[in-house]
Amino acid sequence: MNLVLDRMCIYLAERALFAPLDLNLAPGAIVTLMGPSGCGKSTLLSHLCGILPAPFRATGTISLGTRRLDGLPPEQRRVGILFQDALLFPHLSVAENLAFGLPRGLSRDERRRRVATALHEADLTGLGEQAPATLSGGQRARAALLRTLLAEPAALLLDEPFSKLDTTLRGRMRSFVFSHARERGLPTLLVTHDPADADAAGGPVLSLSAPIDGR
Amino acid sequence: MQSATGCSGGLLSGAPALTLALLLMPIIAGLAGTLLPAFGYLPAIGASGFSLQPWRTLLAEPGLSHALILTLWTGVAATLLALLLTLALLAGCYQSRWLARIRRSLAPLLAMPHAALALGLAFLIAPSGGLARLLSPWATGWERPPELGLFGPQDPWGLSLILALTLKETPYLLFMSLAGLARWPADHDLAVARTLGYGPVSAFLKVVLPQLYPLIRLPVFAALAFALSVVDVALIIGPSAPPTLAVQALRGFNDPDLHARLPAAAAALLLTGLTGLALLLWEGAIQLLARCSRAWLSDGGRGGGGALAQWLALGSGTLALGLAMLSALGLLVWSFALRWTFPAAWPTQWTLAHWRGQFDSLAVATGNTLGIGVAATGVALLLVMACLEQEQRQQRAVSGRSLWLLYLPLLVPQVSFLFGVQVLLAGWGLEGHWLALLWTHLLFVVPYVFLSLADPWRAFDQRYEQSARTLGAGPARVFWRIKLPLLGSAVAVAAAVGFAVSVTQYLPTVFAGAGRYATLTTEAVALASGANRRLIGVYAVAQTLLPLLGFALALMLARRDHRR
Repeated sequence: MNLVLDRMCIYLAERALFAPLDLNLAPGAIVTLMGPSGCGKSTLLSHLCGILPAPFRATGTISLGTRRLDGLPPEQRRVGILFQDALLFPHLSVAENLAFGLPRGLSRDERRRRVATALHEADLTGLGEQAPATLSGGQRARAALLRTLLAEPAALLLDEPFSKLDTTLRGRMRSFVFSHARERGLPTLLVTHDPADADAAGGPVLSLSAPIDGR
Repeated sequence: MQSATGCSGGLLSGAPALTLALLLMPIIAGLAGTLLPAFGYLPAIGASGFSLQPWRTLLAEPGLSHALILTLWTGVAATLLALLLTLALLAGCYQSRWLARIRRSLAPLLAMPHAALALGLAFLIAPSGGLARLLSPWATGWERPPELGLFGPQDPWGLSLILALTLKETPYLLFMSLAGLARWPADHDLAVARTLGYGPVSAFLKVVLPQLYPLIRLPVFAALAFALSVVDVALIIGPSAPPTLAVQALRGFNDPDLHARLPAAAAALLLTGLTGLALLLWEGAIQLLARCSRAWLSDGGRGGGGALAQWLALGSGTLALGLAMLSALGLLVWSFALRWTFPAAWPTQWTLAHWRGQFDSLAVATGNTLGIGVAATGVALLLVMACLEQEQRQQRAVSGRSLWLLYLPLLVPQVSFLFGVQVLLAGWGLEGHWLALLWTHLLFVVPYVFLSLADPWRAFDQRYEQSARTLGAGPARVFWRIKLPLLGSAVAVAAAVGFAVSVTQYLPTVFAGAGRYATLTTEAVALASGANRRLIGVYAVAQTLLPLLGFALALMLARRDHRR
């Protein structure tokens, strides 16, 4: 399924944050969106997954395959997002956080099996019963990605998910995220201000430009 | 860092201990002062031998078991309803445009004294009350007030008491929950859950509520303890034969037969035990619920769009708000009504006479209320700011245990230690002294002022102070010129909260003041037993007006601050 943005623009009050954006992401494609902070790139992602904060307003259309997403509540979009922080829920164990992502209607054994597989993929085997706070930053980031993927999204948004990791971890986490996204054929939109992120993604790099007439 | 705190460090460092001592001493001494008479020792009335006789007298009273069950039932039901309504409103409306409206309607509801609310509600739901008048005769066919009603004077189940307590506690629990939600990025957690496919209500229940409840555990306890032990609301709108345990104890303390004080003290102690037991059972039930629902949290159930839940929550929230507003409106109308026969919806003749006739005693009561309220708020602000400042300079937050101690005056039933305090004060000849009155008000004002000031104070960006210090300003100058102005609106709101709490105090004013200080609250509650709705209206409106003005003033200051 392609993720397609058509004449997408976001306004704060009456001011456009950037010039209208057209974008067509094929399955497995990773597009990097760059721009200085405050240019509206994170706001764009929050609009795509349906959590645009109240003072902002958006125009243009979003579609995923044949489905129109604009106007849908976030839970019906099937658009996964990773933030700067892992945001694992502190009141649940690591395994429960992963199970939280799993769809409903699986047998108990099936849920357990899928969580175990995910823990293994994230190199967290044996840490499932632990509280998220006991994990390292890299471990938390991997768990957050797996939780997002277990919910079976049809597109993936990355909101500077590597910026809070130390440089040594960053490289490994990048290839971990990108290989998972490609493997599942997810159209992926990465927002960052680190050129190294864009290099690692290897796809097209766009920068959000200022609105033409400054309105 | 040590030298930086300068000479004010000595004074400040004693503040937390002083504050806790001020709060705890009267409670401990007061409980002891109630404990001894409960076992037959009260030399002031010539009872000096220890015995179980007071307990035997108490247990022999015919309505006791009924009173116990009634107390437990009304307290638990009201708290449960208030908590459920609070959570329903949050689950249904958090992150919707309704939340801002709910937030805005909170301040006036919080400001309304519980006695005034109970009086207004009693007027509203009585068989001859506002609701019956609004609906009669066109809908009900009543030409005269009906004889009976579930909410009538009989009301053996205390339903009107439960309703009044629910209306009063919901805004408080909502307020505390909103403060709790501001303490961690709950929005982010919700956003994650929503993008994982969860509906708004399920996301709130599975992700936010388990993190929120620990933050409102103490406020919920305070609400439960209040509901179990409240005196004035139960006097006004509770059942009378038998009344709740707190009212029964108060009757004994006020009995002309001085020996009735001994079983009354036993009843007060029994109420303390009952409150403790109820808190334990409540916590046990919560723990059990948490354990049983653990698997449900991560079972993958996503829930629906939550539209039905939202409308149900908003519907019941609006109903509650409407009842509270109609109650206030009814009081106002009664205070100006000259001729208002059933079933007219409005008075047919209006008058200023009730207000004019009460002018002198109203002025005295307002003066007393203002005096004690302003003094208690001022002292409480000083103590709390000193504690918070000391905490920040020590870089150590108040521990969970100290927070419990701070909450203690809100958890121990007032009637159980205020009687003992009165006995002690009388022993020292301080009964009815203004300072004693101030002190007992502080017991309840300090915790609320602390609760409303602590979060903004701790959230204050200390780099402002640090940069002012590097510019050469001393700690005192930084405090007065930088910190206090920047925290001005938070201090103003905390002051309004403290003042409102002081205005509503009934039992502390009666017991520590030895009946010598007529405040708007004591007058309104004293009038409640009579049937003069017009007079009650005058005092209840005045009682509501004062804290409302306080909040309006605070919000005005806060808004001016905000613009700057």
